[in-house]
Amino acid sequence: MSKPAKQAIGQQILAAFRAAGAIEVAPDILLPAETLLDLYGEDIRARAYVTQDPIRGEVMLRPDFTVPVVQMHMANGAEPARYCYLGEIFRKQDHGETQPEHPRDNEYLQAGFELFARDSGADAEVFALFHSILAPLGLQATMGDMDLVMDAVRALPVSDARRAALLHHVWRPRRFARLLARFAAAPAPRNFAETSALWTGLRSPQEMQARIDRLQADALEAPLAPEWVARLERLFAIQAPAPEALRQLRAMTAEIPDIAEAVERLDRNLALLSDRGVDVGAIHFDASHGRHTMEYYDGMTFSFTAPGRADWPPVASGGRYDALAAVLGQAQGRAIPAVGGIIRPGLVHELGGLR
Amino acid sequence: MIRLGVPSKGRLMEQCFDWFAARGVRLSRAGSDREYAGRVEGAENVSLILLSAGEIPRELQAGRIHLGVTGTDLIREKLAGWRSHVEELAPMGFGHADLILAVPACWSDCETLDDFATIARDFRAEHGFRLRIATKYHRLVRAWLSEEEVADYQLVDSQGATEGTVANLTAEAIADITSSGETLRANHLKIIGSEPILRSQAMLLRSVAAGDEGEVRAFARQLGL
Repeated sequence: MSKPAKQAIGQQILAAFRAAGAIEVAPDILLPAETLLDLYGEDIRARAYVTQDPIRGEVMLRPDFTVPVVQMHMANGAEPARYCYLGEIFRKQDHGETQPEHPRDNEYLQAGFELFARDSGADAEVFALFHSILAPLGLQATMGDMDLVMDAVRALPVSDARRAALLHHVWRPRRFARLLARFAAAPAPRNFAETSALWTGLRSPQEMQARIDRLQADALEAPLAPEWVARLERLFAIQAPAPEALRQLRAMTAEIPDIAEAVERLDRNLALLSDRGVDVGAIHFDASHGRHTMEYYDGMTFSFTAPGRADWPPVASGGRYDALAAVLGQAQGRAIPAVGGIIRPGLVHELGGLR
Repeated sequence: MIRLGVPSKGRLMEQCFDWFAARGVRLSRAGSDREYAGRVEGAENVSLILLSAGEIPRELQAGRIHLGVTGTDLIREKLAGWRSHVEELAPMGFGHADLILAVPACWSDCETLDDFATIARDFRAEHGFRLRIATKYHRLVRAWLSEEEVADYQLVDSQGATEGTVANLTAEAIADITSSGETLRANHLKIIGSEPILRSQAMLLRSVAAGDEGEVRAFARQLGL
């Protein structure tokens, strides 16, 4: 497949992003590895090309644009700001036990748009922009909302320690389900036998004692009522065309009042999308959509997938990542809500291009 | 001519020679102990190549040998998509070793992987960096921890004396191969979880890339496989 053809599609997308008010930026290809590793952990080490530079230390071939774009904005951007970019990203395609017949590319283009703004219409602006650019392709749009998920977890009548543990693992569905089941059961008492083993390693006896104290306090906590587990399961399982999902979510606010604010926000977002000409009835809403992405998005999430291409990654994806932006802005003492997304021009090309 | 690759030294080589001898094929080193060529008696058209066990996966993948003996741990760690490159013909019943995750024995609050996941989260909050696991089995350990949904850790490379990294404060836990667990105990470490990451043993493997499948299968039949 020809690179110039993919580049041309990328340029077409870039032109649409520019027309929407974005300034084009060109982050480096070779990035310091430390920030990315600290944010994403081993997931990214498995997928990114990491190498050693004698002076700069560990460096990485750009595995995604979001981090360098956010850093660039935090260093010298005014607000509100819209950025767009087009360039290669590099990902190892490590196969499981069997090599696939058609392995994905290790090097492919991404065209992206990032919006830094305190404006409540930002989610709808980004979603509608991607929706209009991709309209000729007949893709399936899916939307989720991590706010709903996290507000529902915050609403659980449990101790702060349990709540923090659940929120931490919200992106790891099986671990989350196990924790929830454990909190809903009567705890099995645990004995922490004194060992004669010599203390070794960096973790201190005080750290261990703090965890044992926490576990002992946790053992005295009343089990979480089973109806709360059922409520969460029902909320997480909501999957329907957006207007119908909204109706179901609104019904759930009777049982989980703390999600009301997020439900109202979703309602406003869908209304804004309708105003921008998006057929919201064709958007598939999946309450758990954002739980299957990297630990990254904390508000609206979206993806556009090609029907009948189950083995493909999404043609486009994105969402809100306020927490990530806050972490990256710490050094400058800045935090700004951020929402953005990427399109893969290579997949657009395989689908026959934008017209 | 079928090229058979076998570990070039130590107990693994001897057990390998015994395994073939029990099936009527006598393998031996040609000439001195220092020479890496071998002799084959009891089979036509088979030549013996003595190699480091760690190189055998790569030689099988490249098709430079038709058959090879190495540990299942090395095949799975070193060959991405290993089933596309090699066929497992026979587990050989020796070279048993488990790839395990071990933590300081003094961590009396750490018995299961769930404990480990929580400790990793606490450690990161306390120390500002991810809990370090020293290993040379990067792909296997990462895939396993990802499947088990453990986060908040990082792998640090350790190609030898891995059990010492915890006392040296360069890692908080290790993932390594162990057979008896003696080295772990001597270094004040304990295995966590009830199942190892991988149970490994010596395996006779057929290279897909080397071809000559008919001849190789005929030889396998002669070995009673």
